[in-house]
Amino acid sequence: MNIIIAGCGKVGQKILELLSQENDINITAIDIKSRVIRDVVNEYDVMGIIGNAATIDTLNEAGIKSCDMLIAVSESDELNLLICLIAKKLGNCETIARIRKPEYAKEIDLLKDDLSLTMIINPEFTAAREIARSLRFPSAIQIDTFSKGRIEILKFKVEAKSALHEMRIANVNNTFGTDVLICGVEREEDAFIPNGDFILKEGDLVSIVASPHKGQEFFKKIGVKTNKVKDTIIIGGGDTGFYLANLLVQSGISVKIIEKNPERCEKLCQLIPKANIINGDGTDNKLLLEEGIEYSDSVVSLMNIDEENILLTLFAKSISNGKLVTKINRIAFDKVIRNLDLGTIIYPKNIAAEYIVNYVRAKRNTIGSNVETMHKILNGKAEALEFIIKENSPVLNLTLEKMNLKKNVIVACANRNGKVIIPRGKDEIMIGDRVIIVTTHSGFNDIEDILE
Amino acid sequence: MNCRAIFYTLGCVLNVEAICMLLPLICTFIYQDNMFLTFLACILICASIGIALIIKKPKSKTIYAKEGLLIVALSWITISIFGALPFVFSGFIPNFIDAFFETVSGFTTTGASILADVEALPKSLIFWRSFTHWIGGMGVLVFLVALLPLSGGSNMYLIRAESPGPSVSKLVPKVRSTAMILYGVYILLSVIEVILLLFGKLSLFEALTLTFGTAGTGGFGILNSSIADYSPYIQTVIGIFMMIFGIDFSVYYLLLLRKFSDAFRSEEVKAYLGIVATSTLLITINIFSIFGSIKESLRHAFFQVASVITTTGYATFDFEIWPSFSKTILVMLMFVGACAGSTGGGIKVSRILIYLKCIVKEIKVSLHPNTIYKIKMNNRTIEHEVIRSTNVFMTAYLMLFAISLLIISLDNFDFTTNFTATLATMNNIGPGLNKVGPTQNFSIYSNLSKVMLSINMLVGRLEIFPMLVLISPHTWKK
Repeated sequence: MNIIIAGCGKVGQKILELLSQENDINITAIDIKSRVIRDVVNEYDVMGIIGNAATIDTLNEAGIKSCDMLIAVSESDELNLLICLIAKKLGNCETIARIRKPEYAKEIDLLKDDLSLTMIINPEFTAAREIARSLRFPSAIQIDTFSKGRIEILKFKVEAKSALHEMRIANVNNTFGTDVLICGVEREEDAFIPNGDFILKEGDLVSIVASPHKGQEFFKKIGVKTNKVKDTIIIGGGDTGFYLANLLVQSGISVKIIEKNPERCEKLCQLIPKANIINGDGTDNKLLLEEGIEYSDSVVSLMNIDEENILLTLFAKSISNGKLVTKINRIAFDKVIRNLDLGTIIYPKNIAAEYIVNYVRAKRNTIGSNVETMHKILNGKAEALEFIIKENSPVLNLTLEKMNLKKNVIVACANRNGKVIIPRGKDEIMIGDRVIIVTTHSGFNDIEDILE
Repeated sequence: MNCRAIFYTLGCVLNVEAICMLLPLICTFIYQDNMFLTFLACILICASIGIALIIKKPKSKTIYAKEGLLIVALSWITISIFGALPFVFSGFIPNFIDAFFETVSGFTTTGASILADVEALPKSLIFWRSFTHWIGGMGVLVFLVALLPLSGGSNMYLIRAESPGPSVSKLVPKVRSTAMILYGVYILLSVIEVILLLFGKLSLFEALTLTFGTAGTGGFGILNSSIADYSPYIQTVIGIFMMIFGIDFSVYYLLLLRKFSDAFRSEEVKAYLGIVATSTLLITINIFSIFGSIKESLRHAFFQVASVITTTGYATFDFEIWPSFSKTILVMLMFVGACAGSTGGGIKVSRILIYLKCIVKEIKVSLHPNTIYKIKMNNRTIEHEVIRSTNVFMTAYLMLFAISLLIISLDNFDFTTNFTATLATMNNIGPGLNKVGPTQNFSIYSNLSKVMLSINMLVGRLEIFPMLVLISPHTWKK
């Protein structure tokens, strides 16, 4: 599969990082800055071309004629549209554009059809949706959905006095009478795909696979609050804040936005009449206390400066028990940030990149791969993949015990005609099942890749 | 610095070398030349050290520019040391420094020899000696990258450090595919040459060894008289193929893709062909009196020009007795070298073009101090960074040349001998003039000079900087 990526900013580079590891994807990256291209070519296994991607010469040089997909993720929305338009004229490829301006929010569908864009990605909006999802289920640090929402992988932290502390994984379901599968554990720097003998400790980040209902039940039984938040304070009323407030107000959560810029406040007030808009500096702790940060169910830090967001979350953590969400733009220091224990962290750039990568992989299904959905879990160290089992698959007619699985692979879950099953040793996989595989290997394209 | 990754890669390189030595091992079976134990011992040594180094995988295979340069420099020194073992063990070149010189000369595709009588060597050893040319021509690490699924884009650092030319870029997005394409073209061209040589009634052994020498633009012959005793047909085939291997390989890739207009656009290739045509013409006229026939003089002139500009070093005639004008042209061609991205050595035609364009720019700038002028090649602006490094390359080249010349002058030979010896080793050509002329060899030099000349060859093949990085104290500081 040949892919052209126009624009190598943070999102572009993240896509390059994720896709360049795949053997059958050939990527050409275009950027106008020669320095950027030099760095990109040194770091990733891709071809680099310096130039304006909206010109015929540059696109031809990048091989637009034999290209299957063009992803336009340059700085400017208008340029991205132009690139896609010209690319479409030159070659017969699919086009994905990043359009982020809220002004265009309504025009998106119109644009999509008229410019025959395959997909439009708005990093701020996808980030807002992710945050909204985590506020609906505050105990989970991260939620990834599969099988159209029927199966979820939920990540949570084992707290100090949790009943899970010092418990063998094999005993978890018996003790609590639940039906979930622990598919991954992160302990400090390491990520494990545990077997039954693994013993959980406090501070572990545990990922479980379950249906949404069973997941809720599990959290209830191990004694974790599962109520969705009732109110939230959003600090920073930028684009992400606007989208998030909109989503939350729609689902009946009361929203308070703290924004520094008075004009922006006026505008937000017009756009989201139901939200409570406060004009003030989000880093002013007196103001925050006055607005009741201590008693709020959740605090979302969405300011433009990462450091301020982190400090703010740390402050909120010291005085409140609510759910905390922090937006971080810079991906580079994620290890350090993870150690700060900030709760849910949202990287809008990562989310946008993963969204596109998921689409690319799904697209590849038609060209040979069978992955339906793919999420990076355990902090990017493992993948959870969804496959549909077809006839003649080598995994049929074998119990899980008898399957010769590769190391670090588990069959985590199956959706059989809408019924979610956590498969045990005696279970078999049947035709038509949607199966979730969790593995630390990367690049699985077919269910048969799980076998030795 | 990721030392583990460096050792791991060195281990891989040694294993590749052990595998390469299997070919001469097969040779010993065919020719029964009592070399079986020698090669078996060498293979075992290479493989055991190689396996010991790769048995423990490094935690992280990520390498940066520094590791890339070090890996390349160390790999080439390592393969030369271990590649010299068959010569020493068999007793045909008992002095290790001599054997090292001979092997470096093989891998760097120089073709300078310390042997007075090549024909006395057993067949399998001759095969190994020529085969080093073929391995070294396209490069060991390029081969490794094509073969092994090493992770990440950082492998580009390896290819860039090993491949000649002012700016190395990929043909296709994946490094591994690029390396495979390069080797694919290399193997294809080699096979064609072998077949054409077989038509000239050569034995398979001769055809293979001569092809190795041509393809790598090396120049080790299998007869003491180099190529002089072969038929005009063979000489012409070899001459033409030397030219072909001196052209940028991406041109062949474009031809295979049927992008003819792109393939013929390359300014460098045009200049290269132009230089060859002009030099051949001038030498033909100049040596007409020696041969008395246009055909003969043209053939010898073309062969010698092709041999020298591609830095192969085969000879059909002792050009020592040619007029001074012809010899001077040949010495100048030694400096020029082949195209970037080929298997040839030397300064490279593309660099010479950049230097000429820089001079034109300098003249314009002195006439119109405020003028803005961009240097272009193939209708594309050359980045300042490339021009800067090309200029520094020349400075470094001349300085190392001077140092080397000074050191080997301790042996007290005449200036022409020393000058052309340095030139012939640094540009990976092989024969020089006077005492190191095409019918002579390098055995006259002392051990110190041989080491210096070996270093010259490595410096020339790797285009200076990997070797300088190796000895720079900055590299080893934490």
